[in-house]
Amino acid sequence: MARRLAGDGAEDLVQECLMRAYRSFDSLEDQRAGLAWMQRILVNAFRDRLRKDSRTVQEVPVEEVDEFSLYRTIAEEDPFPYSDSLHVDFLHSFGREDVHAVLMRLPEIYRAPLVLRYMQGFSTKEIAKLLDAPLGTVLARLHRGRKLFERELWDYANEADLLRAGAAG
Amino acid sequence: MTERMIPCSEAVRQLWDYLDRRLTPEEHAEVERHLAFCRRCCGEMEFAKELQRFLASQGSDEIPPDVKEHLERLVDEL
Repeated sequence: MARRLAGDGAEDLVQECLMRAYRSFDSLEDQRAGLAWMQRILVNAFRDRLRKDSRTVQEVPVEEVDEFSLYRTIAEEDPFPYSDSLHVDFLHSFGREDVHAVLMRLPEIYRAPLVLRYMQGFSTKEIAKLLDAPLGTVLARLHRGRKLFERELWDYANEADLLRAGAAG
Repeated sequence: MTERMIPCSEAVRQLWDYLDRRLTPEEHAEVERHLAFCRRCCGEMEFAKELQRFLASQGSDEIPPDVKEHLERLVDEL
């Protein structure tokens, strides 16, 4: 989770998380809730890092990404002409490290809600609380994050030659 | 009263919130009405579902061995 949120900064983030957990261990009332407790500490540490480094706040205008449809682009470009499950094949051409590389191309303010919602399973209300942001802001960033992720999937697939490799296979 | 028909652009913009059940009952019904007659947007919706499953499937945590070793050392030192 730290790696998906912070990329190369994951190790520092986990260290910070462990230090905070160690200092506040007494506040953990139910040890069975340890994982959720650690996840919250980790997201708090990540949020504090985001705040400290204001350079990471790079809002992307919604109109810049709203027009892009990955579904339509795949259908129009038809990268696997012999496939009868074109869209699924497109997604399956990505390995785990490819997906990680695509996520790292998103600004952190969009990556965080996307990772927390769709990979870690937090609700949007929980994300708003964890990131200490209004729900409306989280929802808007989730929307842009999804669109950016779709666009970056397509760009990455082209740059990394995944489509040619998939079509040949 | 005539029921409002939304265009594809609006339906697509609302698809993920539709799947997450975050729309108001009126908005939800508008998207459903649109999907009932628009084959392309049904494709968009199926792909949005596929993309959600794809993201969820990437969610399990794997720690690189060198990072794991480093963190275990750190825990021992605490």
